[in-house]
Amino acid sequence: MEQTITCINCPVGCRMTVSLSESGEFLSVTGNTCPRGAKYAQQECTLPERMITAVIPVSGCETPLSVKTASPVPKKLIHDIMKELSSVQVSAPVSIGQVILPDVLHTGVDIIATRSLA
Amino acid sequence: MNERHVDILIIGAGPAGLAAAISARECGIESLLVIEREKNAGGILRQCIHNGFGLHRFKEELTGPEYAQRDIDKAAELGIEIECSTTVLSVSPDHIVTCVSASKGLQIIRAKAIVLAMGCRERPRGALCTPGTRCSGIYSAGTAQRFVNLEGFMPGKRVVILGSGDIGLIMARRMTLQGAKVLACVEIMPYSSGLNRNIVQCLHDYDIPLYLSHTVTDIKGRERLEGVTVAEVDDKRNPIPGTEIEFDCDTLLLSCGLIPENELSLGAGVEISPATSGAVVNETFETSVPGIFACGNVLHVHDLVDHVSNESFKAGAAAAAYVRNKQHTAPMITVKDGNGVRGTVPQQIRSDTDQPVDLMFRPSAVFRNSAAVVECGGKELVRKKSMILTPGEMALVTLKPEMLENLPGDSITVRIE
Repeated sequence: MEQTITCINCPVGCRMTVSLSESGEFLSVTGNTCPRGAKYAQQECTLPERMITAVIPVSGCETPLSVKTASPVPKKLIHDIMKELSSVQVSAPVSIGQVILPDVLHTGVDIIATRSLA
Repeated sequence: MNERHVDILIIGAGPAGLAAAISARECGIESLLVIEREKNAGGILRQCIHNGFGLHRFKEELTGPEYAQRDIDKAAELGIEIECSTTVLSVSPDHIVTCVSASKGLQIIRAKAIVLAMGCRERPRGALCTPGTRCSGIYSAGTAQRFVNLEGFMPGKRVVILGSGDIGLIMARRMTLQGAKVLACVEIMPYSSGLNRNIVQCLHDYDIPLYLSHTVTDIKGRERLEGVTVAEVDDKRNPIPGTEIEFDCDTLLLSCGLIPENELSLGAGVEISPATSGAVVNETFETSVPGIFACGNVLHVHDLVDHVSNESFKAGAAAAAYVRNKQHTAPMITVKDGNGVRGTVPQQIRSDTDQPVDLMFRPSAVFRNSAAVVECGGKELVRKKSMILTPGEMALVTLKPEMLENLPGDSITVRIE
């Protein structure tokens, strides 16, 4: 099985072709010009991860609260995590770095505030 | 009327103004004031809630508000006075600044040195000459970003984005995550000016198609936007008849370039470069008006806030040196754009500079396996090889002071070969 991806490490943007086994295991990559590309290709084709950032409403406050995952989470969970976030209730004050939702969807990753609200 | 005197006045409390203020205070300037039009300091970073800021400066990836907060905290720790909700109306060539606020009314501030750090604006619809009706539902990408991230409401449900600059790409993802359907991102050029990372993580991740060499040729709707027509363009950027695609959408976001905001600079008599739309500066970021400095996106549009901060630290320190009367009278070396190079900053270098000078510019096209070369009268001063140079990414070549000794001419040229 083959998969084509674009490298994001630098502006060259190598088009890489990744070979995967029937069970989805990484076998080899071609088209990369540097080792960073190979590493990215392997990660991206086996367990792609993303940081998620979002805003959530705060009761009694005009400005919403910006939040992020404290570390990258599996890409396939993006929409489920956004859904979780839509039901979170927050009220001011909030301080930057504060945990808003611990261990989101059992990923072991907390959702934290990226700004303070008085 | 309120009147006061300060040593250094900084206009704008975004990342450029904050860095300039921190640096000036660290150089020992006590009398320092930052004026900010918005209610809070932080500038555009406040609405850039995505991450990826600060990799160069802090060696970690922060969101915009987190990056801004570090500078705001540092400024507070240094006791820097920031006057928010205050709009500067004019700056005169002899450093008299007129500003207005609800709390203090009209104020006149006289400053020994001024740092211009007003940032930039997005190119509006009127500047794009897109035909069609003047309905609601058309926003610049940054306006939509403000609505969603700072004011907490969504500008629409079905979205087309014109232009593939980074703000447009970031908004394609934000609108999708917050529940809208983004139908297409349309780019008139055959390449995107956005980062690969954003094309992958903002478009590919959400299956949003990117139409290269396409543009919006019609906008439909009486009260609210009802749809747009997109067509392919030829190599002269003219729409090709018969290639039209209709999109049924209620929102069109424009991400078609940024322009430095130099109304105040012009009033102060500052010379503006046609290549950057920002001030002409020397290597200390001093403009053509003595004692008026410029840094950040008001000087030239940056891709990375890290570079803005770095440049503004230097501008703040230079303003502090100016206040202390450390003025130079050495002759200037003129910096010219050569083949493949646009908008080099600084445009002038004092021949007796004792600091390394970063020459920053934009390649005029995509160059692979090329080199940026700085030369003077046939003498090569420095050469920097690069696997790729693209218009979407600012390039940088550093000149060491010793390279500027015994030059065979009074101008140097930056070119790509």
